[in-house]
Order: sequence, then C-alpha cells, then structure tokens
Amino acid sequence: MTFEAVAYESIPHALISGIAISLLCSAVGLFLVLRKFSLFGDALAHSAFGGVAFGLFIGIYPLWIACAVAILSALGLSKIRQKFDISGDAIVAILLSTGLGAGIILVGLVEDFEFHDIEEFLFGSAIVDTQNVVSILAMSVAILTILFFTYKKLLYSTFSEEQAKASGIPVDKMSYLLITIAGVTVIISMQLVGVLLISALFVLPNVSAMLYARSFKQTMILSMSFAVFATVFGIIISYQLDISQAGSIVVVAAAIFIGSLIVKSAGLVKTTGIMAKAR
Amino acid sequence: MIVDIQKLSVDYSGIKALDDISFGIAEGDFLGIIGPNGAGKSTLFRCMLGLHTQYDGTIKFFDQDIRDSKKYLSQVGYVPQKPVVDRNFPATIREVLSMSQNSNDPKKVDEALQKVWMHELADRRIGDLSVGQQQRVFIAKALVNSPKILVLDEPVTGIDMYNQDLFFQILGELNTKEKISIIWASHDLDAVERVANKVACLNKTLFFHGVSKEFFSDDEMLKKYSETSMQMHMHHH
Repeated sequence: MTFEAVAYESIPHALISGIAISLLCSAVGLFLVLRKFSLFGDALAHSAFGGVAFGLFIGIYPLWIACAVAILSALGLSKIRQKFDISGDAIVAILLSTGLGAGIILVGLVEDFEFHDIEEFLFGSAIVDTQNVVSILAMSVAILTILFFTYKKLLYSTFSEEQAKASGIPVDKMSYLLITIAGVTVIISMQLVGVLLISALFVLPNVSAMLYARSFKQTMILSMSFAVFATVFGIIISYQLDISQAGSIVVVAAAIFIGSLIVKSAGLVKTTGIMAKAR
Repeated sequence: MIVDIQKLSVDYSGIKALDDISFGIAEGDFLGIIGPNGAGKSTLFRCMLGLHTQYDGTIKFFDQDIRDSKKYLSQVGYVPQKPVVDRNFPATIREVLSMSQNSNDPKKVDEALQKVWMHELADRRIGDLSVGQQQRVFIAKALVNSPKILVLDEPVTGIDMYNQDLFFQILGELNTKEKISIIWASHDLDAVERVANKVACLNKTLFFHGVSKEFFSDDEMLKKYSETSMQMHMHHH
C-alpha cells in the first residue's frame, strides 16, 4: 500500500479519533493542571510503556496490560504519597522513571524484538482502524459522561481539599477516580500521540486557555477548542508535508500557546476581557 | 443542643493537643472560642468537621455521633482560617459557590452573595479579590446550603479593620436574623467581647465556658487567661 492510499483512507479515522482524544485530554488535563500535576499524564504514559513492554514479553495485547499497569501503579503511589507524605512531583518522577526502566528491561528480554513493535506506542500512529475508532469514541463518551456528572465534586476537591472534605465530599475517592480516568485517557491517547508526547495534549491547550478565560467553564470550552484545532490542523499538515502526525499536533498546540503569550504580553487581550465582552 | 462534645481528647504522638474537653452549643449561640496559638482551637474544629478522626470522647451534631454519619456536614458551613486561593485558579465567585452547593438552584447562590454584599461581583474571578473580599465569599459559600451552624477558624487574620468590622456585622446579622448558630475561634479578646454572646476559653483544657459578659467581667478569669497565654507564648519560643 502506498503512502497516498494509506493517507487517503486514514484521514477521516485519524480526524474522528483525534477530535475525541483531544476533547478528552483537555478535559482531564484541566483537573491535573489545576492540581499542579501537569506531568502526571507523562508519568502515567511512561508507566504504561512498562505495561506495553510487559504485554509484549508475556504475549498478551499490550494496551490493556498497559492500562492496568498505569492505573494500578498510579493508585498505589497515590496511597504511598498519602501515607508517607511524599510530594506530588516526587511521585511523578518515581512513576515516570520506574515505568521506563522496567519497560527497557522487559523489551530487552522479548525474543525477536524489533523496534517497530513499540514505535507506535512511543510516537503514536497515523493509522487508526475502524474498530479502534469505535472503541476510542465509546471510551471518550463514557469518560466525558463521568466527568460531566462528577465535575462539581472534582472541581471542589481541586479548589480546596480541606473545604471539600469539611463539606462531606469523598476527596480521596475523587482523586482515585481522576487517576483512573487519566490512566484510561492516556491509553486511548497513546495510539494518536504516543507515550513521549502525551502530556502536551494534557497541558498545552489548558495553559493557553487559562491565559484568556476567567471562569472554569470558559477555560474548559477554550481548552477543548484549542485541543481540537491543534489536532485537526496537526493531522492535516502532517499528511500534507509527510511529517510526524504526533509531532505536528504538539507543535501546533505549542504554537497556540506561544501565540497566546504574544497576544497577552502585547496587551491585545486582557485576562478577563475577551470573554467578558462576549457575555 | 446543636453540638454536644463530651470528654474530647486528642493526642499527637504522645503530646496532648486537647485534654478532656466537654461543652455544648445551643441554638442561637454565638460562641467565641478564645485561646493562644497552639491552644488546640484548630484541632477542635478539625475533629468537629470530621477532618481528624483519631480522638477519644464523643462529638454529636444534632444528637447524632459524627462517627456514625457524615450527613451533618450538609448543615454545617465552614469558613477556614485563611483562604488559600491560587490567584490563577480559573473560577468565578458564582462558580466557587456552586461547587459546594447541594442543589442546582442559582437563586440560592445569589441569595447567599447578597447576605455578604458580594452579589455585584458574582462574575469576577475569585483570585482577583482582596483577602477580605475572599473571606466574605467563603461565608457566602458556607451559607449556600442554608446551614444551621457556621464554624469559623480565625477568619479575620490578615484582614484590614474595615473588612473586619464588615465581617462581624454580617456574622451578627446571620446570628440574630437568620438564627444561625456560630462557633468562631479567635485570639482577639476585644472582638470576641464585642460580638459573641458565649465564650469558651481553651488552652488544651477548657477552663471556662459560659456567658460572654461573665467572663469579661471576671478579673480573676481574665488574669488566668493572660497567664496561660503567656505560658504558651514562652513555651513556643
């Protein structure tokens, strides 16, 4: 199959799954960014890499193993963090390096291993088949529905853990829910942007949106818009210029962020101005 | 009795934070809990709000032991010591109130903001407000579920005199007009004498609980309070 043929068939699939993934990453990422846990997505992705390697090692479909490994290790470390009062950034570093270290060892033990086997997990894949598109859409709808019904509690525990607890909100359960949702989101998104670039979709659209918006809802809507734009534009230019799809998405998201910084520092838009006028 | 605390003791790694505390809060009480830093005021509140569960004794809200159910928290409004608000947290005042709301009725949010005279700033970002204004928002947030009791932990620390007066005026109105009981921790004796109708004097043990006027007209009691405060101060340094 030539590149043109693959590109022609893959664009709609890549766009549909890309839009679903970008909505999901920006929504989940906003809670992580506000909790000052921006690199948590990265840490989950790296521990998922350990899971992928383990899946290849034991010969089971690696993505589901990766999902279980990422979530269980994140939940376990979260418990350890609470019990031993270890800082959040240290937990992220532990999760990230341990996942990668274990992954490298396991990959080395796989017989007849070829780099191509893990390439799509590391850098994402431009080819998404119909079955994958359907599962990405179903998982995205499920997670966004959970977020819709729990966002008030998640937001309150993010805003002030102590006050949320004093209001009877099960703050610990909310954290575990967020970790689980983030883990599943990472696994879904790995197919598009890969382990190495995943945190860009979690962080860049949200930080860009926070430069403009003054309310949570505005931030969420703007962030989703930036993420969708970055993904769609990134996919299109990757096909046009025959360059990496994941890299293009991340570079467009970074360009939106840099553009926002320039607009903000030039005084063209005030933090609370752009949407206030639109209200 | 709205709150009934019996034989409450808390121990942090062998060091007593609270020792055999017993007192109650009746409907309409505006109780000022006074005591120096380290007297156990925050520990007492943390136990009452279910944030610290390692204690001996019993705490009952509305005749029910708080160890049995957390439902009482829906009728308790809590205003923390100092609002720790990230300046860049993207939430409006309205959203901050809505996130703690049990119902989805926007009218309740507006009513709560009106009670603290903040309704005109409802769509401002919480991080853009002064500390005094933020503290008023936190009272409104505590009021949004129509609580029966407000718990305030040194709420005016770091707030200018104008906002302090405004704050006490609002609390006074909530207590007299809305019939909300208030329990308020402070180390500012003048403020407590001015606004509270009951006083509890805490220094790990409770050595006075009764009518405010009785405490402030008893020279022996005031002398005892200042002596223990001084001891605590020396101990801290």
